[in-house]
Amino acid sequence: MELFFAQLLTGLANAATLFLVASGLSLIFGVTRIVNFAHGSFYMLGAFIGYSLMQVLPGMFGFWLSVLLAGLAVGVIGVIVEILVLRPVYKAPELFQLVATFGVILVIQDVALYLWGADDVLGPRAPGLKGIVRIMGEPVPKYDLALIAITPFFLFGLWYLISKTRIGILVRAATQDREMVGALGVNQAWLFTGVFFLGATLAGLGGAIQLPKGGADLLMDFNILAAIFVVVVIGGMGSLPGAYVAAALISILNVFGVTFLPQSTLVLMFVVMAVVLMIKPYGLFGREEVAGEHGQVGEPERPIKPAGLKVRLLVAAGLLLLALLPVFGSDFSQVLTSDVIIFCLFAASLHFILGLGGLVSFGHAAFFGGGAYVAALLVSHVDAPMEIAFLLAPIGAGFAAFIIGWLCMRLTGVYFAMLTLAFAQLIWSLVYQWGEFTGGDDGLVDIWPSAWLNGTTPYYYFTLVFGIGGILLLRHAAHSPFGYALRASRDSSRQAEATGINTKRIQWAAFTFAGSLAGLSGALFVFSKGSVFPTELEIARSFDALIVIFLGGVKTLSGAVVGGASLEYAKDFLTRFEYWRLTLGLIIIFVVIVAPEGISGTLRKVAERFGIIRQREGES
Amino acid sequence: MKIQKLMATALTVAAIGVASISANAADTIKIGEINHYKRMAAFANPYKNGIELALEQINEAGGVLGKPLEFIYRDDQGKPGEAVKIAGELMTRDNTVMLTGTILSHVGLAISSYAAEKKYLYLASEPLADSLVWAKGNDYTFRLRASTYMQAAMLAEEAAKTDAKTYATIAPNYAYGKDAVAAFKTALLALKPDVEFVTEQWPALFKIDAGAEAQAIERAKPDAIYNVTFGGDLAKLVREGTTRGLFEGRHVYGLLTGEPEYLDPLKDEAPEGWVVTGYPWYDLTDKSNKDFVDAYQAKFDEGPKIGSLVGYMTAQSIAAGISKAGSTDTDAMVAAFKGLEVDTPVGQIMFRKQDHQSTMGAFVGTTALQDGKGVMVDWVYKNGADYLPSDEEVMKLRPASQ
Amino acid sequence: MNHILEVRNLSKSFHGLRAVHEVNFDVSEGELLALIGPNGAGKSTCFNMLMGQLKPTAGEVYFQGENLVGKYPRDIWRKGIGRTFQITATYSSMTVVENVQMALMSFHRRIYSMLPYAHKMYKKEALTFLEMVGLASQAERHCAILAYGDLKRLELAIALCHNPTLLLMDEPTAGMAPTERESVMQLTADIVREKNISVLFTEHDMDVVFGHAHRILVLNRGELIANGSVDDIRNNPVVQEVYLGGGNLFESDKAAS
Repeated sequence: MELFFAQLLTGLANAATLFLVASGLSLIFGVTRIVNFAHGSFYMLGAFIGYSLMQVLPGMFGFWLSVLLAGLAVGVIGVIVEILVLRPVYKAPELFQLVATFGVILVIQDVALYLWGADDVLGPRAPGLKGIVRIMGEPVPKYDLALIAITPFFLFGLWYLISKTRIGILVRAATQDREMVGALGVNQAWLFTGVFFLGATLAGLGGAIQLPKGGADLLMDFNILAAIFVVVVIGGMGSLPGAYVAAALISILNVFGVTFLPQSTLVLMFVVMAVVLMIKPYGLFGREEVAGEHGQVGEPERPIKPAGLKVRLLVAAGLLLLALLPVFGSDFSQVLTSDVIIFCLFAASLHFILGLGGLVSFGHAAFFGGGAYVAALLVSHVDAPMEIAFLLAPIGAGFAAFIIGWLCMRLTGVYFAMLTLAFAQLIWSLVYQWGEFTGGDDGLVDIWPSAWLNGTTPYYYFTLVFGIGGILLLRHAAHSPFGYALRASRDSSRQAEATGINTKRIQWAAFTFAGSLAGLSGALFVFSKGSVFPTELEIARSFDALIVIFLGGVKTLSGAVVGGASLEYAKDFLTRFEYWRLTLGLIIIFVVIVAPEGISGTLRKVAERFGIIRQREGES
Repeated sequence: MKIQKLMATALTVAAIGVASISANAADTIKIGEINHYKRMAAFANPYKNGIELALEQINEAGGVLGKPLEFIYRDDQGKPGEAVKIAGELMTRDNTVMLTGTILSHVGLAISSYAAEKKYLYLASEPLADSLVWAKGNDYTFRLRASTYMQAAMLAEEAAKTDAKTYATIAPNYAYGKDAVAAFKTALLALKPDVEFVTEQWPALFKIDAGAEAQAIERAKPDAIYNVTFGGDLAKLVREGTTRGLFEGRHVYGLLTGEPEYLDPLKDEAPEGWVVTGYPWYDLTDKSNKDFVDAYQAKFDEGPKIGSLVGYMTAQSIAAGISKAGSTDTDAMVAAFKGLEVDTPVGQIMFRKQDHQSTMGAFVGTTALQDGKGVMVDWVYKNGADYLPSDEEVMKLRPASQ
Repeated sequence: MNHILEVRNLSKSFHGLRAVHEVNFDVSEGELLALIGPNGAGKSTCFNMLMGQLKPTAGEVYFQGENLVGKYPRDIWRKGIGRTFQITATYSSMTVVENVQMALMSFHRRIYSMLPYAHKMYKKEALTFLEMVGLASQAERHCAILAYGDLKRLELAIALCHNPTLLLMDEPTAGMAPTERESVMQLTADIVREKNISVLFTEHDMDVVFGHAHRILVLNRGELIANGSVDDIRNNPVVQEVYLGGGNLFESDKAAS
């Protein structure tokens, strides 16, 4: 009983940081609809800045002043990011901004490395709160008690700000109806900036306030990301009490999980999230999304037509060149091009559901890695011949997509995205922790192709046939009745449902189809690398595909391929340099700002303006 | 439809590839070094410094086979797939003669498998996973650093000397942590069959909930604690554990805890009285060790980390291997590495024929606070050769040798 | 005359509030039946129950003898009921003709087909429907740039695709200029006469209602208060009171009900 209580206190103390950071994310999302991937970076900056300040500001007063100043400093950084990076792209398609925030992550990572060095720093202890208090005989750190006491003040303060002040009322109004705020004569741009300041400040405070319990390191940005997304989603997007309850719930569950299910702490959080979302699709305190017709923010997408003769000839010529690559190219050029093709197929499969279906999945890596693991497990455990394993990989991944799709289909928009993320993370944590079967993070190795494909060039041709084949299949599907029905379901589910289309089932089928093609790319991947690890199932993997789709142009059929090829080649080139993350981040931000319709969307426009391609009304 | 753009880009890259091959006509011996320079900067940078120091010395002394030795460093972002791609590029385009590098075990395993498939020599410098030379060992992979098993066995030997009966373990929940706990258990139970492991804690890597872990361990009331956490996790565990009095009156054994990479950030909060493996460079007096430390400090103006030592020894081993082989032919080098003896700062080491593991050992000592920072005292250097299983056992562990 | 649609005791309450209460009416073959009433009278609720978008609290809807209650909109559509929306719903990323082709593909149960090119399927047929509503010249235009009145026509073309026997039109002329209203309504009337389709429509514009409806239903506060010919309704004192008493004249008010 005593221990139980003490553990409860530990959980509540841990909830403090989680709440601060997550409430900032929740506010930003609620008002601006931006899924701010860079929020973890703000948190990390808060920790580093707080640490630096604490070195110069002594004593108890100095400690708390440092925390406060760190928060404000990060708030200012948030404002800079908002004005320079996000403001130019508010008019871009929904979720496009997340690409910009991804660029910000990369930039902040390198800047932090440059400023604070590579070593972890241990946070200073809070002066005056170093010891413990015995509560019912159990030791409880004083600082834990301070955190438990402080958090409600933050919650109350935020609640007061949001519900009792004019600014708060505007913020709430903006959460519900952005146009209305504009109609009230409020400068929406500055309101967004203000909210960004508040959200970033909270993240910075969260980073600084956890220093006495840990420290600062360069991996903390990504390490907290999954947890705060989980908190925001469980609590309900935009809900402050929700964020607090969810933060407390997750933290307390985690404390008891550590005691009773020490092996499964990774899985626990995502199980809770999946369960909550299946019972309460909009989180514990979230309101139902007044879902507009998705994917149609900004200029409506243009009609599509299968490629004309000229383009087909060009593509055929390109394919011929690719086929001849082994004749004039080096071994490495084949390997690199294989990698690019595999990645492009993966991105194209996500683009199929995202671009055509308006279904934003944050967990597509589950099917890429899933396909790779199906093949690898078959080879490792039952000694399946490569050909059989290769064939079964897309089927296995498709089956996973079939199940996950069924569970997620009831949700739309960002909630759908979050549920896919939860299931992808579940699969990841299962693979990661079920070492006996999956090899855990040591992965599965020695998964090589059969003798007839052994060697760079034969496997290159194999990749060419299946990779380009898969991309062309996706493309053809886009022009088929199935692709049209998928677009119809996205454009107007009302009309589609009223004309006999079971929109959810179409989307489910598309999700399964895309999943199995992602599985195909995963199978190509595993046999080209000879090994597979849980990294292929990580959030970062899913984001890779997401980023290139937006970078390439979500509203063009070729977006995924163009974006995928550009980013892969750019990365291959840039990683040879010291500050490649900074460079890549800046390039991404630059592309996002000058080409809000993505590379291929913008190229098309430019070409039209200069008369390079004929602008046909209503066609592309 | 912009697929054609892809093709164009691909062709451009291919063209650059062809051009650069001719430009790279070799008058140096190039080694491909793949690491997580950004993701694990705190570990990779000292490692790279160690290599640079060794290269300087080797090349001043005339290089290898009459040519200068050169390392090409590439960042794999911590992704195994990238590492494999880069490995291919290094070997086919940059004309490197062999591969080395990586800290993370899974990346090491990916390169190892690739090396075996393509018949390239790979010297795994830092990854610790036992499977690299045993379960997944292959003919083309060698490993330098003392493995998880070896270091855990050294700590178990120390633990067996005490009268502690009940043990708690805490290790990050991934392959390295699991290997480290399993090895410690096996080794300790072999020495002292009556010890009991009362709780096993498995925090997620870099996501430790230290307060909860401390409570969970306290709940089991163990006589001794075996710690495998490192980095930020270790810092949090030490702080929460110390605050809550978890370590009072208990024996604590810490794998790698004494390595400067992990001990230095703890500053004046470094735990005292833990028995750890690590690298007490500040305390080394024998000539070979001291020479290395002095040279390193002179060049980089800071103390070496364990990574620096491993990097230095990596370059030394490669130079020795190629010299012994007399050529950069892979088969010759593989043959040369088998049984290769290298004189290093920690003494002579040997790459074993039976499992390709080097006999590099580890320093085992007790942590203490000196001048506001953690150090190892009462340390001894334990030779790795004494902590490896017998040849028959290795045969069983290593399918590749059968 | 045959009743193709029979509505019996249709009721809907939201959290105890009666939105529609025990409404009874029939639609006869070939009939143009208007459903009118002041704002909040329950017209849209009624409509949404007929089309399956809302589940009634009580009551039945029989279409050619078959109860529709509990069926999905897509299944109701397949029975031969078409609909148009108060706020237009079209596929904005497609061309005009593709919008119609989409409905035809659905009608012919080809939406899961992945082999043929969709833009070639049923194109001729789709063009005849566009011809019918006067949109043939705009067939290849991007739907998103269509004028509002043309979108309404397009919706009508889509609704006609599966040769429905009954058409439900929710404010078919809302948001149009008066001249356009007349032409769209006349077009509708001509088509349904030719094809012998029954129509149930809601409408705010009384000129449209009185000009085209064969019969009129008046809904007030969820209850049916009148049911009769144009002249009956025009002179019905109860109806007049409802409209006048509510401060509304028999004039169009453009707000959505």
